[in-house]
Amino acid sequence: MSGPCVTDVTSPPPKRRWRPSLTWLGLLPFAVFILLFLVMPTMKIVLGAFQRADGSFTFENIAGLFTPSILSSYWISIKISVASSAFGCLIGFLMAAAMVLGGLPRGIRSPLMTFSGVASNFAGVPLAFAFLATLGPLGLVTVFLRTEFGINLRVMGFNILSFWGLTITYLFFQIPLMILIITPALDGLKREWREAASCLGASGAQYWRIVALPILFPTILGTFALLFANAFGAVATAIALTGSSLNIVPIMLFAQIRGDVLGNPHLGYAMAFGMILVTGLANVVYIVLRIRSERWLK
Amino acid sequence: MTRAASWAVLLLGLTYFILPLVGMVEFSLSMRRGEYSFDAYAAVLADPQFRETFSYSVVMALLTIVFGILLVVPTAFWVRLKLPRLRPLVEFVTLLPLVIPAIVTVFGYIRLYNTSSWLPLTGTIFGTNLLLMFGYAMLSLPYMYRAVDTGLRTIDVATLTEAAQSLGAGWVTIITRLILPNVLVAVLSGSFVTFAIVMGEFTMAALLNRPAFGPYLQLMGANKAYEPFALATIAFIITWACMGLIQLVTRFTKHDKAGR
Repeated sequence: MSGPCVTDVTSPPPKRRWRPSLTWLGLLPFAVFILLFLVMPTMKIVLGAFQRADGSFTFENIAGLFTPSILSSYWISIKISVASSAFGCLIGFLMAAAMVLGGLPRGIRSPLMTFSGVASNFAGVPLAFAFLATLGPLGLVTVFLRTEFGINLRVMGFNILSFWGLTITYLFFQIPLMILIITPALDGLKREWREAASCLGASGAQYWRIVALPILFPTILGTFALLFANAFGAVATAIALTGSSLNIVPIMLFAQIRGDVLGNPHLGYAMAFGMILVTGLANVVYIVLRIRSERWLK
Repeated sequence: MTRAASWAVLLLGLTYFILPLVGMVEFSLSMRRGEYSFDAYAAVLADPQFRETFSYSVVMALLTIVFGILLVVPTAFWVRLKLPRLRPLVEFVTLLPLVIPAIVTVFGYIRLYNTSSWLPLTGTIFGTNLLLMFGYAMLSLPYMYRAVDTGLRTIDVATLTEAAQSLGAGWVTIITRLILPNVLVAVLSGSFVTFAIVMGEFTMAALLNRPAFGPYLQLMGANKAYEPFALATIAFIITWACMGLIQLVTRFTKHDKAGR
């Protein structure tokens, strides 16, 4: 509420004086659309998280998040997001490095990038079905391992409707996203750096540890944050895969919106607010690191 | 990294990506016991609910694309021409839908536009459809805006506009007959991404209770044995086709420009 006051106090620099003219009218449709269908709905959630049913201000809803069941749902969500983005970064990095620096034929690159574009968009319900058909109780790989090698995944404790099952499924869109983002960064590693390092007597491992990885590090970490937010907000895959057997935040929120399972509508606002907070934070990390990494990789 | 290790990494990775697709297709073909058949596809295609939800989503996707073009092309053009100072801000705003999860936005829609609010969109079927279309447009905004803005970068917007104006063209003529044809490839790319997004979208349609393809897919998954995998295969082919078409149009224009 203190926004307007602050801008009034600091007098605007003369160049940027507000001139209400036809120029600004051109942005009106876009501004109205953003306001009505992005800003106001989000504000409604954020404000609702701090309100009682009668509209008075409160921290009760936020405090209400700190119950064992909701906390554990956040914890599982965060664990799945961290695991799937960590493996996504690692595997995506290795695949991109193999493609860019591994001396493979150039012809591989374009199909792999196209496929990454498709796979990173192939999320949601169909992806869940694909993995059910592969690693589910009657899935292709499950049956193959059991009949050919006598390995029973079930007995070994693997279940597609679990933490690891969801993580492996999420990797299907996490790895390609990493490949899409890290490939330009790997292209930006200059050949001269490697030559200079080897002239100074560095081994391949030393070059990676002392030169290449520090340069790539902000990109990798930033992508990690992006993948984290990506996994944290994924709803459809989780619901189609697990139904409601795994209590992660998006599933709980989905059930809450459908039927107020928490018994307090404003607790739903608080949960949604928590989601915005987590994904927002992850994206801030991404943007900050992205700006840092662009210093080197231009 | 040695060549052999590179091949190993790449092949292992590809195995991970190909196996689920093989599993999905294999399952969709094995409805008849003991042999492969297209029975599951036949069952799906014969289901009137499939036709309804599928065509609903196609129509919604097309409407979203039209709305997206009408919103994004003039805005991106205007920002480049008249308000270049605001470009970083507008670009940032268009990326926000990637930050705020769809489930949160739609939750806000339901609370903000319910029957007792100032704009009771969810009170009527038409209103809910409209709301869903705006939601879809929001989801695809990052991709659409980026595509169009990149397209605009390759042409000299200011000079073209001045030339058109000195020939007596109005704003509508400039946008429809000058800008749009010049960024057509970009607009098409954005449209294909939008199409793929809308066809597979689940959360918004499910929570707004509209009979779209995504919720139907989920419903079938909970109730049928083989049909879901046929549906998933169809969904994958749609995504694949959209991305393939993007590659095709961009490559087509690259050749076009090289030939000149």
